[in-house]
Amino acid sequence: MTATVDAPTAELGKARLRKEDAKLLTGQTNWTDNIKLTGMLHLAFLRSPYAHAKITRVDVSGALGQPGVIAAFSGADFAAEQGSLPCAWPVTPDIVIPPHPPMAVDEVRYVGEAVAVVVARDRYAAADALASIDVDYEPLPPVLDIRTALDPGSPKVHEAGNKSYEWVFANGDVDAAFSDAPVVLERTYRQQRLIPCAMEPRAVVAQWVGDEVTLWSATQIPHVLRFALSAFFGIPEQNVRVIAPDVGGGFGSKLQVTAEEVLAVLIGRKIGKPVKWAETRTEGNLTVHHGRDQWQQIKIAAEADGRIRGLSVDLLADMGAYLMLVTPGVPLLGAFMFPAIYKMDAYSFKCTGVFSTKMPTDAYRGAGRPEATFAIERIMDELAAELGIEPLELRERNWIKHEEFPYTTICGLTYDSGNYEAATAKARELFDYDGLRAEQRLRNERGDKVRLGIGISTFTEMCGLAPSRVLGSLSYGAGGWEHAAIRMLPTGKVEVVTGSSAHGQGHETAWSQIVADQLGVPFEDIRVLHGDTQVSPKGMDTYGSRSLAVGGLALVSACDKVVAKAKIIAAAMLEASADDLEFSAGRFSVRGDPEASKTIQEVALATFAAHALPEGVEPSLDSDATYDPDNFSFPHGTHLCATEVDTETGFVHIRSYVAVDDVGVVVNPLIVEGQVHGGIAQGIAQALYEEGVYDEAGNLVTTTLADYLVPSAADLPSYRTERTTTPASNRLGVKGVGEAGTIASTPAVVNAIVDALRPLGVQDVTMPCTPERVWRAIQAAHGQPAQGQPAQGSEQSGGMA
Amino acid sequence: MIPAKFDYVRPSSVGDAVSALAGGGEDAKVIAGGQSLLPLLRLRLAYPELLVDIGGLDELCGVTDDGDHLLIGARTTHYQLVHDPLITEHCGLLAQAAGTVADPAVRHRGTLGGSIAHADPAGDLPAVVLALDATMIATGPAGGREIPAGEFFVDYLTTALAPGEILTGIRVPKLGADWGYRYEKFHRTAQAWAIVGVAALVRRSDGHVAEARVGLTNMGSVPIRAAAVETAAAGAQASPEALREAAAGADEGTQPPADLHGAPDYRRHLARVLTGRALEAAAGV
Repeated sequence: MTATVDAPTAELGKARLRKEDAKLLTGQTNWTDNIKLTGMLHLAFLRSPYAHAKITRVDVSGALGQPGVIAAFSGADFAAEQGSLPCAWPVTPDIVIPPHPPMAVDEVRYVGEAVAVVVARDRYAAADALASIDVDYEPLPPVLDIRTALDPGSPKVHEAGNKSYEWVFANGDVDAAFSDAPVVLERTYRQQRLIPCAMEPRAVVAQWVGDEVTLWSATQIPHVLRFALSAFFGIPEQNVRVIAPDVGGGFGSKLQVTAEEVLAVLIGRKIGKPVKWAETRTEGNLTVHHGRDQWQQIKIAAEADGRIRGLSVDLLADMGAYLMLVTPGVPLLGAFMFPAIYKMDAYSFKCTGVFSTKMPTDAYRGAGRPEATFAIERIMDELAAELGIEPLELRERNWIKHEEFPYTTICGLTYDSGNYEAATAKARELFDYDGLRAEQRLRNERGDKVRLGIGISTFTEMCGLAPSRVLGSLSYGAGGWEHAAIRMLPTGKVEVVTGSSAHGQGHETAWSQIVADQLGVPFEDIRVLHGDTQVSPKGMDTYGSRSLAVGGLALVSACDKVVAKAKIIAAAMLEASADDLEFSAGRFSVRGDPEASKTIQEVALATFAAHALPEGVEPSLDSDATYDPDNFSFPHGTHLCATEVDTETGFVHIRSYVAVDDVGVVVNPLIVEGQVHGGIAQGIAQALYEEGVYDEAGNLVTTTLADYLVPSAADLPSYRTERTTTPASNRLGVKGVGEAGTIASTPAVVNAIVDALRPLGVQDVTMPCTPERVWRAIQAAHGQPAQGQPAQGSEQSGGMA
Repeated sequence: MIPAKFDYVRPSSVGDAVSALAGGGEDAKVIAGGQSLLPLLRLRLAYPELLVDIGGLDELCGVTDDGDHLLIGARTTHYQLVHDPLITEHCGLLAQAAGTVADPAVRHRGTLGGSIAHADPAGDLPAVVLALDATMIATGPAGGREIPAGEFFVDYLTTALAPGEILTGIRVPKLGADWGYRYEKFHRTAQAWAIVGVAALVRRSDGHVAEARVGLTNMGSVPIRAAAVETAAAGAQASPEALREAAAGADEGTQPPADLHGAPDYRRHLARVLTGRALEAAAGV
């Protein structure tokens, strides 16, 4: 075989259509719920109708006689083996981590907690039989407001009390920064509870063969899940295979070791048949881990010219009823981000993790950083209003200048790169900032019923999780490296194995582009394998915008190793010294004699044949590489939002939205664009639409998508997106992009609403800014002076000294 | 999202459908587009033992010109209402309101008859047929009968249809060219139900409002005619100020619900604002 391959052009930066999409668009996707195994049985869970209750009796016998029912179990049936769902992030030495049995045994602590399960021949029979299970509950008082949950008289979620932990951080002289500051503002912001709504609900299939178990799950983290099943549930690791087939989105909600996954494995073992569980949307709203849910007290001290002296943050974070995989760590991912892009002399942060009788919270797109970015960007607007400084000007006076990078922040993070001036200038121009400001003034002067507001968000975030040593210093239970492998096949094609388990991001396309450039092989010749611990045995999976910034660099390193080995073999084939070869566009050629060359495909075939390999060279052209980043990734950008607020109805219409993101070098602009668009939508969703609501008895009210409003394309503006490119300090120059849009957009929208209504005396609107809330904010402010009024009593001191 | 067991028949004539429905008694339900009933089944909020699928009854589809009325088959979809030339010409309000229902997928499956027979006060079309003074045609074991829209909506999800009766058609009086209309729907997302909706019809004459009819969506357990507004608007000047003033009584006699999207006082306020806007648009001012 002679391989004659045209030298490919650079793939990096090409807007390749995604390799994944043909399959997705033509319905050939292998979702977990599509899996059918011979003899497979179906699970339905009976769930607690109480927010908090003692379980005094569970009788599953009634279900056993129902048609199609094979078995039924209560929590007591698993008592010996079910252990406790893991929390991998004990953030302080004295953190309270209560036992969290996958199925409740004695007590339930949120509505939706599993108390029994039916195993039946089909899912209808399983669902029908749930009504025949008897459970006696002794209701206990719920704990629903974390602001009062630490009061001495509060009912307790757990015997140990309602406080899980207190985590503090401080740098600089905070007292000095605040004590004689010309301006001090204090605000309280609410991060409402959000319910992740991945397009594909969670689903699990567990199959035991002998002492080996295979678990298919709609998960983001097959590797972590395999480790957890072994480490915490006693199944020897070599006997556990986890497969994440096609996974339809996660947004952090599938970064979890769930009760249903563990129970499916235990039930499959008990009854010796494969079992499946697929949640309904209502079940998902109740029991997929929730996101956000914090009360943020933020205090800023500034000079009269707007220069920030210090920042102080005190968070209350709702853990929900238990600590799940990274529950307590989520607010801490925000701890370092409140200072954002701004320079200051002092910073203090405190977070108190509090239990409630609600679904546990955990990672949700952005995880900690959206909360922090919201609070700082909101209070920067308030500071600008207080001082009468143009809000973009105030930001520029405080931000880290381009020439100051790398810059070590007050939090001790070293931002490797950034150019806030360039992103802001570009956004300002695209947005027609000055034109809109002029229109806004005109409308205010006319007293229009529909007011115009301009919202600013000059954000950065820390992603690319994460340097293992940093995770260790924060008491996280694992590392942050990623793994990649390259297998050159005899015919010159390439298999790429990645430990970064994709669930919609487009790894198969982006990874092919990277490898095509590194090895000089055609994009089409590359196949990317992932999501099965037997195919890709090592990895840390996908979350925290880490795939490219960590996994992509592992890939480059693996490619290096293949090229290095191929060079030795090519040298032998060319009867030259390896030192005299250069490698370019997939071809090894002898320096000064370009005719003497071998393609990497020819080398692959020769390596397979192994007829004339140099001494000591093994007949394979494979490599493995693991990359542990030495820093986080710091994408940044400037988002500008213009809202029209109908003061008669409170309706908010987003008139225009400009996003200029700097995500470093772009591998595939289409994929980046998709991430930015989806991210902005999810951030707007928090600003305007979504909220998980519990009633006064602790029942979730938002159990369907009619009550939990997720916006669709019809509700969202046509974004104008652009980029600036400030390469990161890694070999590819790349940064994470998966969460940037979500982190940036929420404050941009709320700032725009408040900006529109500030002339009417409104200083804040609680998220989601529903029409009713906006209208009530206007009513509440009615008749009050337009300037300098405290927002709902949260301001401690203000005004110029 | 997993319904309980039910039996299912798909009759091939209205007579067979009526027999099947009557035979099923109180535990039988008619299903057409399924856009309201199926979610209830999947959430196990309804447990009918028999579904009578009228999806095969083509004689219930489409719009016919019946002199001074249009006769609309109960199975006519929202999509068809939006695009039917007779509807557009003679009762454009119905086309406009149907275009606001949920999303394209729902509008292709959901039917006018289904929406009216389901009688969800948050549904858009009940208030519209009420404002249009439409007449419901029911077919039962004893034959057919006509029920005026004003008597059709009895309570939340409850109509004047007797057990065994099927809503087979809707008779809508044609409106002349001197009528203007507007369905003003207020909702948080495009797919969401109306927090409040206002269906307004205005006949103008010499710069005045000769006659106004206003139906309210989601301001009580049934769709409601805003009688005080209709009285105040009749004879009023066709000016924004006069129409806004007439709209001030839009919430009189209403009992708006409370839910996540709006408390009753907010809904009352919205009804007044939206009625003003709807009247202005309908009057072309």
